[in-house]
Amino acid sequence: MADAAVLPADAALKRAQQGKSYWRRVWERLRADKVTLAVIGVLVVLLVMVVFAPYFTLHDPYAGSVLRRLKPVGTPDHWLGTDEVGRDLWSRMVYGGRLSLLAGVVPVFLALLIGGFLGVLAGYAGGFVNSAIMRLTDVFYAFPSILLAIAITGILGSGLQNTILALTVSFIPPVIRISESVTTQVRHLDFVEAARASGAPPLTIMRYHILNNVLGPILVYATSLISICIILAAGLSFLGLGVTPPSAEWGLMLNNLRQALWVTPLVAALPGVMIFITSMCFNLMSDGLRQAMDVQL
Amino acid sequence: MSGPDGLLVADLSPGASAAARERAEHRPLLAVENLTKHFPLKGGLLNRTKMVVQAVDDVSFTVASGETLGIVGESGCGKSTTARLLMHLIALDSGSIIFNGRAVGTADGLSHRDLRRQMQMVFQDSYASLNPRLPVAMSIAFGPFVHGLAKPEALKRAMELLAAVGLDPIQFSNRYPHELSGGQRQRVNIARALALEPRIVILDEAVSALDKSVEAQVLNLLVDLKAQFALTYVFISHDLNVVRFISDRVMVMYLGKLVEIGPVNRIYREPQHPYTQALLSAMPSMNPRRRTLRAPLTGDPPNPINPPSGCRFRTRCPFAEGVCAARPPALLAPPGEDCRAVACHMRVPGSGHSRAAAAA
Repeated sequence: MADAAVLPADAALKRAQQGKSYWRRVWERLRADKVTLAVIGVLVVLLVMVVFAPYFTLHDPYAGSVLRRLKPVGTPDHWLGTDEVGRDLWSRMVYGGRLSLLAGVVPVFLALLIGGFLGVLAGYAGGFVNSAIMRLTDVFYAFPSILLAIAITGILGSGLQNTILALTVSFIPPVIRISESVTTQVRHLDFVEAARASGAPPLTIMRYHILNNVLGPILVYATSLISICIILAAGLSFLGLGVTPPSAEWGLMLNNLRQALWVTPLVAALPGVMIFITSMCFNLMSDGLRQAMDVQL
Repeated sequence: MSGPDGLLVADLSPGASAAARERAEHRPLLAVENLTKHFPLKGGLLNRTKMVVQAVDDVSFTVASGETLGIVGESGCGKSTTARLLMHLIALDSGSIIFNGRAVGTADGLSHRDLRRQMQMVFQDSYASLNPRLPVAMSIAFGPFVHGLAKPEALKRAMELLAAVGLDPIQFSNRYPHELSGGQRQRVNIARALALEPRIVILDEAVSALDKSVEAQVLNLLVDLKAQFALTYVFISHDLNVVRFISDRVMVMYLGKLVEIGPVNRIYREPQHPYTQALLSAMPSMNPRRRTLRAPLTGDPPNPINPPSGCRFRTRCPFAEGVCAARPPALLAPPGEDCRAVACHMRVPGSGHSRAAAAA
C-alpha cells in the first residue's frame, strides 16, 4: 500500500487505541442523568455508613437496657429511639444494613455469574446444550422465587449462608432466561457469521463479539433484581427463616418491632423505610443504567 | 499482498516442470461438485423430520482465478445458501468444494480455517454484519488478529484497508457502525473481507441494499480492488444489470438447481434456457419503444419442499412437455457451444422434446 497512507494511519491508530469505548459513552450519559446520579450517591453513602458502622454509631447495637425499652424518636442520646429490648435503633439500623445489603447483593452477584455463564452458553451453543439448560431452568421456573427460597431455607435451616444460597438458587433461572434470549438474538446476526467466516474459534467470538453485546441488558436486569433480593431476604428474616436474633437485620427488626406498632409506630416502621429506600434506589439505578446503555445502535 | 500474476503457480516450487506449471494455470481456483443442501423441517411429537427443503440440489461449477462469476435467480432459488456453503458457514450434505486443487474439509485437504484465509464474504445487510459495539477499525482488524497478528499490527492493517476502500482512516477508524452511512458501512465490510488477504471474495447481494448512486460507487470500488489485489469474485445478485456490468461469466439458478451457466455476453444476448429467457426479458429496458408489455413469467416459484418432478421449471415453462416431467434435464453444453452449459431438454438432441433437434 502507498507509503503516504502510513503516516496518517499511525496517527489514527493512536486515536483508535485511546478512543472512546462504548462503556465510556455510557458513563458520559450517566453523568448527565441527575436522578440516577443522586440515587447512586445515596447508595454510596449507605454503603460507606454500613462498612464503617462503628464510626457512625454511638451505641453497641446488641446492648439492651430494660429501662430504655421502646423510646420514641427524638429521645436524647437515642435519636431514633430504641427497640423492644432497649437497643439503640440507629445503631441497629446501620449495623443491620450490613446483613441486609449482603443478603441483597451477594445472591444477585452469584446468580449473575452462574446464570449469565449458563445462559450465554445455552444461547450461543444452541441445539442440545440449549435444550438441556433451558428445560432444567423451566423446572425451577415452576416455583415462585419466594416459595423456592422458603423451601430451600426450610430444608437447610435458617442463617445468613443458607439465605444467600437460597436466594442465589432462586435468582439463577431468571438470569439464565434473560442471558439466553439476548444471546440468541445476537448470535444469528451477520456480524457473528462474519466473525465465524474469518476463522475465529467460538470462545474468541464470544469474547469479542457476543459478550459486549449482551452484557448491558444482563447487567441492567441484575441490578433490578437487587431490590427484589433485598425484600426477599428481609421477608425470609421476617418469617424467621433468614438471619436469627439477636442479629441486626432490617427484615428481622421489622418482625420484632411488629408488636410495638401501637406503642411507637414511627420506630416500628423505620426498618421498613430503610428497605423501601434501598430497594427503590437500586430500582432507579437500574432504570438509569438501562437508559444510559441504550446508546443508539 | 501477492502480485496479480501467477496466483495459481504460487504454491508450486520454482523447480516444478513446465507441464505441472501449465496444469496449475488451467486448474480452476474453485471447483464445486454436486453441492447439495437439504434443510430438514422438523416437527411433531418426537421432532422427526417431516419435510425437506431442497435449498441447493446437485450444483456443480468452477471459478477460474481472476474472473468474476455472477449468480442470479429469483429470491429463494438457493443463491445465498450456495454462498454460505462455499464459506462453510453451514455444513453441506453432499458434494465437494475443491479450492486450488485441494478438497476442503477432508483429512488431507484444506482445513476450514485455511479456507477462510483464502475466501471471504461480504454480506447484504451492511448494518447487521458489523458489531455495533466495536469501532469499525476493530471489526476490520479482528480477522488478522484471530490469525495471529498482534493487535497494533492488525489495527495498522485496518487503517491501510480503510484507505484502500476510500475511507479516510483518521476520520473513520474510530467510528461505530451507526455513525456511518449505508455505503460507508459496506465499504467497511469490504475492507473487513480483504483484511485476511483472500484470493476469492463472495459478495452476497453486497450492493443490493444501497441506493443507486452509492451502488455505482461501490461497484466501481469493487472493480478497482479486484485489479489492485488480484481478486476473484463470486457475485450474487438479483439485479441483472449489475451482474452484467461486473461479471465475466454468469450462472442462473432456479429452485436450488443450476439451469444455465456461461459467459455473460453470450447468455445475455441469446439465453437458451426458457427461465433465463424469461428472467432477461423481465429486465427493464432503457428504450421506451422496447418496454415490456407482457409478463414474462406468472406466479411464484413452486415450493422447494416438494419441487416438481423432472425439470423444476416445467410448472411455469411455456414449452413444457411430457419428457420434462418424466426426468430432470442434465446440465450439458448445447450443440456448437463449448464454454456454456444449459439444463433443458429442448437443447439436447434426441431428448424426446418436440423442439429438440433430432439425435445426431
